[in-house]
Amino acid sequence: MSTRLATGGRLLNRGDVIRFSFNGQTLKGVQGDTLASALLANDQMLVGRSFKYHRPRGIVAAGPEEPNALVNLGSEGAFEPNQRATTTELFEDLTATSQNHWPSLEFDVGAINAKLARFMPAGFYYKMFIHPRPLWKHVYEPFIRQAAGLGKAPKGRDADSYEHFYAHCDVLVVGGGIAGLTAAHAAAQTGARVIVLEQTAHWGGRAPVDGGTVDGLPVDKVVDDLVSALIDMPNVTLRLRTMGAGVYDHGYVLGYERLTDHAPERAGPRHRLWRIRAGHTITATGAIERPLSFAGNDVPGVMLAASVRDYAVNFGVSVGDRTVVVTNNDDAYRTAIALNDAGLTVPAILDARVLPVDSPLMAAAKTAGIRVMMGHGIARVMGSKRVTGVAVCAQAGEGAVLEEIACDAVAMSGGWSPVVHLWSHCGGKLFWDTDFAMFRPDVDKAPLGADGRAFVSPAGAANGHFGLQEILGDAHAMGQGAARATGFKPKNTAAPAGDSIEEAAMAPVWLMPQGAGKALRGKTWLDYQNDVKVSDVQLAAQEGFESVEHAKRYTTLGMATDQGKLSNINGLAILSDALDQPIPQTGTTTFRPPYTPISMGAIGGEARGDVFQPIRRTPMHDWHDENGADWEPVGQWRRPYAYVRSGETVHDAVMRETQNVRENLGLLDASTLGKLVVKGPDAGKFLDMLYTNMMSTLKPGKCRYGLMCDENGFLIDDGVVARIDDQTFLCHTTTGGAERIHAHMEEWLQTEWWDWQVYVANVTEQYAQVAVVGPNARAALEAMGGMDVSKDALGFMEWADGTLGGFDVRAYRISFSGELSYEIAVRASEGQAFWDALMAVGAALGVMPYGTEALHILRAEKGFIMIGDETDGTVIPQDLGLHWALSKKKDDYLGKRAHLRSHMADPNRWKLVGLLTEDGSVLPDGAYAVADGTNANGQRNMQGRVTSSYHSPNLGKGIAMGLVLHGPDRMGEVLAFPGTDGKTYKARIVDPVFYDPDGEKQNV
Amino acid sequence: MLILTCPCCGVTGEETEFHAGGEAHLTRFGPGSTDDDFESYLFMRENPKGVHFERWRHVYGCGKWFHAARCTTTLEVFGTYPAQTLAPPQELCDAISAKRPGWSWRALS
Repeated sequence: MSTRLATGGRLLNRGDVIRFSFNGQTLKGVQGDTLASALLANDQMLVGRSFKYHRPRGIVAAGPEEPNALVNLGSEGAFEPNQRATTTELFEDLTATSQNHWPSLEFDVGAINAKLARFMPAGFYYKMFIHPRPLWKHVYEPFIRQAAGLGKAPKGRDADSYEHFYAHCDVLVVGGGIAGLTAAHAAAQTGARVIVLEQTAHWGGRAPVDGGTVDGLPVDKVVDDLVSALIDMPNVTLRLRTMGAGVYDHGYVLGYERLTDHAPERAGPRHRLWRIRAGHTITATGAIERPLSFAGNDVPGVMLAASVRDYAVNFGVSVGDRTVVVTNNDDAYRTAIALNDAGLTVPAILDARVLPVDSPLMAAAKTAGIRVMMGHGIARVMGSKRVTGVAVCAQAGEGAVLEEIACDAVAMSGGWSPVVHLWSHCGGKLFWDTDFAMFRPDVDKAPLGADGRAFVSPAGAANGHFGLQEILGDAHAMGQGAARATGFKPKNTAAPAGDSIEEAAMAPVWLMPQGAGKALRGKTWLDYQNDVKVSDVQLAAQEGFESVEHAKRYTTLGMATDQGKLSNINGLAILSDALDQPIPQTGTTTFRPPYTPISMGAIGGEARGDVFQPIRRTPMHDWHDENGADWEPVGQWRRPYAYVRSGETVHDAVMRETQNVRENLGLLDASTLGKLVVKGPDAGKFLDMLYTNMMSTLKPGKCRYGLMCDENGFLIDDGVVARIDDQTFLCHTTTGGAERIHAHMEEWLQTEWWDWQVYVANVTEQYAQVAVVGPNARAALEAMGGMDVSKDALGFMEWADGTLGGFDVRAYRISFSGELSYEIAVRASEGQAFWDALMAVGAALGVMPYGTEALHILRAEKGFIMIGDETDGTVIPQDLGLHWALSKKKDDYLGKRAHLRSHMADPNRWKLVGLLTEDGSVLPDGAYAVADGTNANGQRNMQGRVTSSYHSPNLGKGIAMGLVLHGPDRMGEVLAFPGTDGKTYKARIVDPVFYDPDGEKQNV
Repeated sequence: MLILTCPCCGVTGEETEFHAGGEAHLTRFGPGSTDDDFESYLFMRENPKGVHFERWRHVYGCGKWFHAARCTTTLEVFGTYPAQTLAPPQELCDAISAKRPGWSWRALS
């Protein structure tokens, strides 16, 4: 069993006991524990079930590479699935539950899958669920969805807050181990601004566990001194609990800081995303130990050798009373010696190698009385929910059992893989190191920055160096090199001198025993999280999935939350062997950020709720809000859809407002309409290029409706242009179009006609604009008092400056409703006062404010198009019967050439018509008119679609516009529109102008 | 995320400050042009592996359009220059030729 030792635990504060719960059971840990160490201290080795076969799974590692110990943390608004117990610091009242089992962790029905393993080989789902096709939707997919995915998605709203930090530095060091600290110190001594990120809560990484001396001092003391020195340097920023998550183009690096995961009672954001722009980045990310591939290597109690040592040294936890060590390298001997020193039993070290002479670590183990069996390995592990023993065999053989050794834990080491993820994220290349059987960074093929020079350097174990001496030398050189690369001048100082025990060479062991037969290979796990075995990878190769990327997807090797941190290299080796090619030829799968999963909250940062997006408000926004506005987002603006009175539905309000405009007087807040001032000697010439119709001939004091197309000929915007003076135009755009059209104008002015003398200014927010609309509009303005707004003084499509009710105004006599209508612009600061004055004088004239839906209905009654309804980026003016707005006099304008392309001139383009249902009901918006026959895909042929559809209270029936094949030539024909509700709607093709076709009402 | 230097205001900023605008140095064809020329102007774009000239706008800065010469494989930025020109500056072309022997302006397709 696993338990807490009486002594030891360098990270523990034993006096401070912490209570936590696991699967509802209250357990005790101590301050300094991780959830994993505390579970082990309580003999809770079994922590979950595997994904596919629901096999019992125990803690394997002590760091972020852990594939098995994934738990649900917290509840409700703080619930989070798939959290690694090994990186979760323990705190009072922590609540964790295990995942992927039913009904319980100890007894899981899904474990039946393991008995069926023979029938569930690699690619099982692909093979099984293809036929018969109809079963997919109703049987297979629901079943797979039920079974798929580790953990459960949280249901509640995230109660925590998150934030982003922006940081700049010369040298960024990712990793606060001995290599990272040494590199940071070397760089910081030159005066460079340095940031150091360490993902755990402690500095020093593995070095204090593994031991050794630096310049004669014990390495843990050296770590403390280095950290103190760095803290004292004003040019250095140190951050614990902050992972380097990803390295991106031109030195952009994301850091993921976990601020309150370990102390949830603390105020402030839970996670912080660091958005760092670094001149040079050093990846001192260490190395991860590899498992060995032997039968039963997934039984709880089989762990990585160095992790077993971590639990003993860092947390004072024994993972078992009797631990068999199995290895292909010297490092695992440190574990055997550490366990022996702690008073625990190591029945044997099974070393797959055969070495002529004992290395110093071997000799030390033997001196300590530990039995060392060279050339031996594990044939299989005994036990199911916990190791009960191992069967020993010769590594060279096929697995004949030589003896059985009773034990309750196995510490395995298959060698070490440098953590090359961050080096590789942005294109750093790797090479295969035969001596250590590992991929390591090829420093001559580093990621390149904006200046074409390397911007990432690996250091220490992450660069494939393992002895303390080599690590320190490499880190010192890389730190100085990074400073030099960012313009600092390092002094000629020597690296600190490390002293560590010399190790014998490791020997690659990809399968144990090397001749393991089919039965053993089918129990030999490569990927614990995804249940991928040696036999699965071999099957993938046999079935032709030879590319490593294909084999990964086919078998799921290296997928899910751990992304194969333990399994990838072993899997590659098995694949390479099956393909009979060297490992470098197989290559690796792509390393993608983030290094380990980061929270969605951190990615979102502060951008949620009210600050997700800025909201633009007109000067009258608050009045609308107080007067029943039902808000509609239009771009970043909020516009009242309708003003709902008590007792009314929104629809009632829309009907009332629409009718009142035609009968009395309506006010519309039109401030959101884009207003662009185009000014200069060439302004007229410029607008002639941008609008399809002629603008240069417009007289000052007059307005003209204009259409804008892009170079492809498609409609992009429309609006009324007013000529202010000889060199000045004011162009109205759609509400959503102001910024876009402003940018469009700037683009043409800056990049094509840069010699034309024109300036464009977006003055949208400088004005409040009110549409005063209806038969009583003139009476209302006259009641305000001031300028002459009579028909003779201010005719239709004219504008004039003046005063109304004491306000300086610009009055435009334009109409988007077909009624007598003025749009009055005032200073934005006076918008509310002007609105109030209009409401006051309008009281006797039946005034009502109206919203965007009434606006839409009024324009549809008149057959006026709306950009975004009648247009969708594929519609040209000719489709909408707007030929009159296409100038024939101009040699050129944007879209003119495009309209001559064969498809644009095609007589079969759908054209704008009006549509009236037979019974006066409302056609479904967006519905398609069906034609006879089917197309090449077997779908019904279409002959048109509805672009706008409303109930018109003024006409007492539904009205619609649509684009229909040969529409204008088919007046009176009835089309069928199947709705999504299963009904078929019938509508007759009519003229799109439903109301006042002669335009008499707007021209009074 | 790239870093670019706006040649108009001199600011070196994050990619998010800028907006990409596709290939630079296109020649506009209008009324009177052949179908082939017009189609090429609207739709045909270079897609080189290596040196590329592209348009950018300093959209959250000075608002100006400029051109950047960039390597599509290494993402190296050789230089930026104002958009009011028909061809890249000679010294930039010389610098690129020095870094990418054999390269010359408009020797692409």
